[in-house]
Amino acid sequence: MNGNGTVDLAGMAEQGGPGPNGPSLDRDVEVHDAVSTTAGGKQPLYAPRIKVYPKRVQGLFRRLKWIALSVLLGIYYIVPWLRWDRGPLSPDQAVLIDMPARRAYFLWIEIWPQEVYYITGLLILAALGLFFVTSLFGRVWCGFACPQTVWSDLYLLVERWIEGDRNKRMRLDKSGFTLDRIWRKSLKHLVWLAIAAATGGAWVLYFNDAPTVVPAIFTGEAGLKVYLFIGLFTAMTYVLAGWAREQVCTYMCPWPRFQSAMLDEDTMIVTYETWRGESRGRHKKGGSWEGRGDCVDCNSCVAACPTGIDIRDGNQLECIGCGLCIDACNEIMDKVDRPRELITYDTVTRQNARAAGDPMRLRLIRPRTIFYVVLLIVVGAAMLFSLSTRSTLDVNVLHDRNPVFVTLSDGRIRNGYTFKILNMLREERDLVLSIEGLDGATMSVVGVDGGGLEVLPFTVGPDQVITHKIYLAAPRASISDGAEDIVFVLEDLNAEEGGRFDNVFRGPER
Amino acid sequence: MESVMVTKVEKDEITGQSTTGHEWDGIKELNTPLPKWWVYTFYACIAFAILWFVLYPAWPGVDGYTKGILGYSQREAVMERVAEGHAAQAEYRTGIAAADLAEIRADPALLNFALAGGVAAFGDNCATCHGGGGAGNVGYPTLADDSWLWGGALEDIHATINYGIRSGHDEERYSEMPRFGADELLEPAQIDDVAEYVLSLTGQETDKAAAERGQEVFMDNCAACHGESGGGDRTQGAPALNDQIWLYGGDKETVTDVIRNARRGVMPAWEGRLSPETVKMLTIYVHALGGGE
Repeated sequence: MNGNGTVDLAGMAEQGGPGPNGPSLDRDVEVHDAVSTTAGGKQPLYAPRIKVYPKRVQGLFRRLKWIALSVLLGIYYIVPWLRWDRGPLSPDQAVLIDMPARRAYFLWIEIWPQEVYYITGLLILAALGLFFVTSLFGRVWCGFACPQTVWSDLYLLVERWIEGDRNKRMRLDKSGFTLDRIWRKSLKHLVWLAIAAATGGAWVLYFNDAPTVVPAIFTGEAGLKVYLFIGLFTAMTYVLAGWAREQVCTYMCPWPRFQSAMLDEDTMIVTYETWRGESRGRHKKGGSWEGRGDCVDCNSCVAACPTGIDIRDGNQLECIGCGLCIDACNEIMDKVDRPRELITYDTVTRQNARAAGDPMRLRLIRPRTIFYVVLLIVVGAAMLFSLSTRSTLDVNVLHDRNPVFVTLSDGRIRNGYTFKILNMLREERDLVLSIEGLDGATMSVVGVDGGGLEVLPFTVGPDQVITHKIYLAAPRASISDGAEDIVFVLEDLNAEEGGRFDNVFRGPER
Repeated sequence: MESVMVTKVEKDEITGQSTTGHEWDGIKELNTPLPKWWVYTFYACIAFAILWFVLYPAWPGVDGYTKGILGYSQREAVMERVAEGHAAQAEYRTGIAAADLAEIRADPALLNFALAGGVAAFGDNCATCHGGGGAGNVGYPTLADDSWLWGGALEDIHATINYGIRSGHDEERYSEMPRFGADELLEPAQIDDVAEYVLSLTGQETDKAAAERGQEVFMDNCAACHGESGGGDRTQGAPALNDQIWLYGGDKETVTDVIRNARRGVMPAWEGRLSPETVKMLTIYVHALGGGE
């Protein structure tokens, strides 16, 4: 610590942290002078960022991360190109949000603007799914699936290809303005920007017809909005994945702040086997392991961590649960010939049991996980139900407010209604509208000759919304207490589908 | 309370942080510097403010304000927007000026524009008396019903709006109901009888004998304008007395009062106050309120 409470890397090294060439140490183990960004007790209110140089590791979790990255990026880039035949009048893109036409298409499902609650449902499902997975396996979302993680990983890969691994990158950043540094940095940022542009470019495909908009983008014929969003996403990707990286997780994202509410002692988390690792210390090759822990204090776990923390300090906000420290530690444990999994993916309960020499089974089925599963099933079933039974016909009826009612010369009372009928089918439909709950009611459509009907016929074109002003008149005697509850009944005689829409008919108070 | 400025940078022993040199009653303030990006954002804001002062109106003076070198003015900006709006509407305005009322109704684009313009003009000029949506008030006819004093066809409505009723305009709609009581044209008993008769036209409970006497009086004095069956006469603005719509009220007291003192409601002429296109749009709108013929 220097005077301002910040961590001084050089100072730490001088204070006797033995360098990698320490004479008496196990030579197979490269010791890093990595210091966790959360090291030390007192932090100033605004800590200057300590740049994190994650070291390359190999192992199970790294492989899982590569798989997650490939699959997720693959989905992101391929989905807009999938086609789905919806007939001649509708777009044939399988997943499309058509803003100008106010429609969202998802395979066979077509969402109209008034049905955005399905998106609410999806978000609820996503949140519950997240809680469920988190309660079982900790922050796997953060470590493997979050776009911030995926793109940061991709950016790191590029960085490593061009600038080399951790130590090379650190040296490069310390070197002056050498030709080597300039070309490597320029190339890296160029590739980053290209990836960022591809990210934004793919984003707009979800809102436009992919095969037509892609050539348009390159010939400068796409709309301003397309370029604006590509620009926005390019900038966001470049800044967030290239520069901000782990700061997004530690400062910007709310999820780590309440993750502890999802975790309990039976949740699998990335954890350090303190009982086996301590007391830690450098180890001489061939030396005895008696009376000491397995941790050789090589800091490989810290060097590998993409958020730059020391997992040996315990589970913490900054840990995204990616497991790269496990891979890093396993490499070392293999070298010093100690059992793997000193940093492991395990629950607190099992760790305690193992520390006491009493291994136990994993408890995946617990009240908490059952609760989440039940919630998931309930919400999912509700959504499926509403999706499968949803009407292809919707009506909005708005009672006129001004005037609320009009007395006609023959003494009858007339109310006006604005009717909006939405036909969500791709075929013309013949509908009839009738009234329940109002004696002697007659209807007429404004602008259409021949009123005074008890039943009104309508024709609505395919995928069309029609708006009509309707006058409903009834004898004064039919209204009690100034208002009468009525029901508009709309029926499609061919499809045996329809709907009942409650409304009110108002008249003078008695 | 005492504030001492110290120029020498002092370190706090416990935290190792430097102090700001501010001291209050022995309590010293630690200096916790802002992060760089924050400070630079702050500088950028200052630069932005200075630039703004130079470019845009900023400082108030005694009789005016600094104009800024861009010469921007909110008032002018609004006027420009209004002019733009008018320019965008020009097509419709000239269309409405050129077309007659029936043509406007037949053209969906013009009709749409006229209805929108009519709503606004009605709200500004007519709703005070006639109510929003033409709901009407006592003494001010409901425009949304199927009963009209001077006619509910497009041309009739147009003439009424343009020239007004008893408005003093050369082409005003004019008629006068005699003040049968105040001018002693009828005896009070006759007035009472005729009121009974008028009430009987709409099937209200009446004194049969009085109504029969009143019928005679009605035929002699009222039928010329209101019609023998009480159906009214639109050429004279004489209301129908045999329907359920009452301008001032359908109870006996009100009816008697109207016979005795007459009502001569006035509507202003809007020609000259509103542009011809606005009057046309109002006509279209009122016609569409629910009673247009």
